[in-house]
Amino acid sequence: MGELRRTPLFPLYTDFPAVRCVDFGGWELPVQFSGIQREHEAVRERAGLFDVSHMGEFLVSGRQAENVLQRMTTNDVSRLQEGQAQYGLMCYPDGGTVDDLLVYKLAQDRYLLVVNASNIDKNRAWLEAHLAGDVVLENLSDSKALLALQGPVAASILSRVADQEIARLRPFRFLEAAEVCGRRALVSRTGYTGEDGFEICLEAGDAAHVWRELLRAGEADGLLPAGLGARDTLRFEAALPLYGHELSDAITPLEAGLDRFVKLGKPFVGRDALERQKREGLRRKLVGIELLDRGIPRGGYPVYGGGRRIGEVTTGTHSPTLKRGLGLALLETAYAALDTEVEVEIRGKRLRAVVVRTPFYRRPNHASEGAKPE
Amino acid sequence: MSEIREGLAYSREHEWAEKRGERIVRVGITDYAQSLLGDIVFVELPEPGTQVSAGDSVGSIESVKTVSELYSPVGGTVTAVNESLVDSPELVNGEPYDSGWMIEVELGGDAEEAFKGLLTAEGYREHLA
Repeated sequence: MGELRRTPLFPLYTDFPAVRCVDFGGWELPVQFSGIQREHEAVRERAGLFDVSHMGEFLVSGRQAENVLQRMTTNDVSRLQEGQAQYGLMCYPDGGTVDDLLVYKLAQDRYLLVVNASNIDKNRAWLEAHLAGDVVLENLSDSKALLALQGPVAASILSRVADQEIARLRPFRFLEAAEVCGRRALVSRTGYTGEDGFEICLEAGDAAHVWRELLRAGEADGLLPAGLGARDTLRFEAALPLYGHELSDAITPLEAGLDRFVKLGKPFVGRDALERQKREGLRRKLVGIELLDRGIPRGGYPVYGGGRRIGEVTTGTHSPTLKRGLGLALLETAYAALDTEVEVEIRGKRLRAVVVRTPFYRRPNHASEGAKPE
Repeated sequence: MSEIREGLAYSREHEWAEKRGERIVRVGITDYAQSLLGDIVFVELPEPGTQVSAGDSVGSIESVKTVSELYSPVGGTVTAVNESLVDSPELVNGEPYDSGWMIEVELGGDAEEAFKGLLTAEGYREHLA
């Protein structure tokens, strides 16, 4: 194993005595700053600031850029307007998932892709093997930092230190050249927590200044720095997939329930396999489960139905908001209907669980988000 | 710094053992262990009457992100478990040496023998250093 990589903010983590760092896919990242539960609650009720600089950023440019991305991602890139971002997936020809990503349309011939840290090298090789015409890919991952300011008061905090336009951004819209705490940043109304919030993409050298200034600006509102632990429990409650758990080269976007981001009406790599899968019917589906017996389902625990193994938990935890043992699980379709009783094996014991609706958590007053990006 | 209470015996796996009466030993996890685990949300303890050997896994302690095992630092019969942890596992974070205790074991063998393999407070402090 080589040395762990660090984000530009790593030196600031030591400002927090309770910080605990872990090896996350080769990166030394904070799992918590003060406590997962506390940080989770801050994001649900007030706001949290995440360093997600380990995420990868690619700039894809060229006259054929849209064509290339249209062919390489499952969503319809041609519907994007400048200043709009879109969630999509990249698939292998067999329908398995290469990665999930956000595509930001900067201009007709320029797109920013934000991809998972653990998949940067794989994605780059995959995309480069499929470039066409004059399209070039530039990996900006090392020169960019990414902060996520998330929670119900995120907008009011950010509006104190940034362009006023930012607070008026609609979901999945962005400003490419906004100013945040006096530094230039791309700011989008996106996130991975199930709350309102923003992601702020900066030059690596500006990250420490903006991190400190944002924490100061939000202090009175109860803004806390939040680590990967809370990021995971927050995205889990919102049933947002994490690559390596709900998605992988062996799990298709359809199995993960991401149909609305898969546009089978256009050609893309993996389309034929996904269309066949849809036509023939899914053999397994991602569902939410709630433990009826006392216990906590965890990723990798086997799930049984009718005395047989019918799948496994992909992510599970004790939900900090709902205070229950909840899991996402990939189960045979016959067991995927709501209210179906199944069993989760935990330390050799089979505990009762039931299939429940996802997301487990939906934020109150999310009417404004309900307005679908056109 | 985490608290290491004087007068208790400690295992290298971060349990403490306290002699309470002739043959009864109360067991819990150390302040260091609870701080490492973070917010504890679930504790699974053995049934009273369970026979255990020193070093046996007798239960599990789960935080939001992690699952870890509780090992009994002494051998004997489990005579009591801390029922209040069922509904209030956070007691382990708040008072690991007091209301956050886990089980009581009636020693199966000689008391002196049972504590021989354990560390003193001083020894545990060095173990953590």
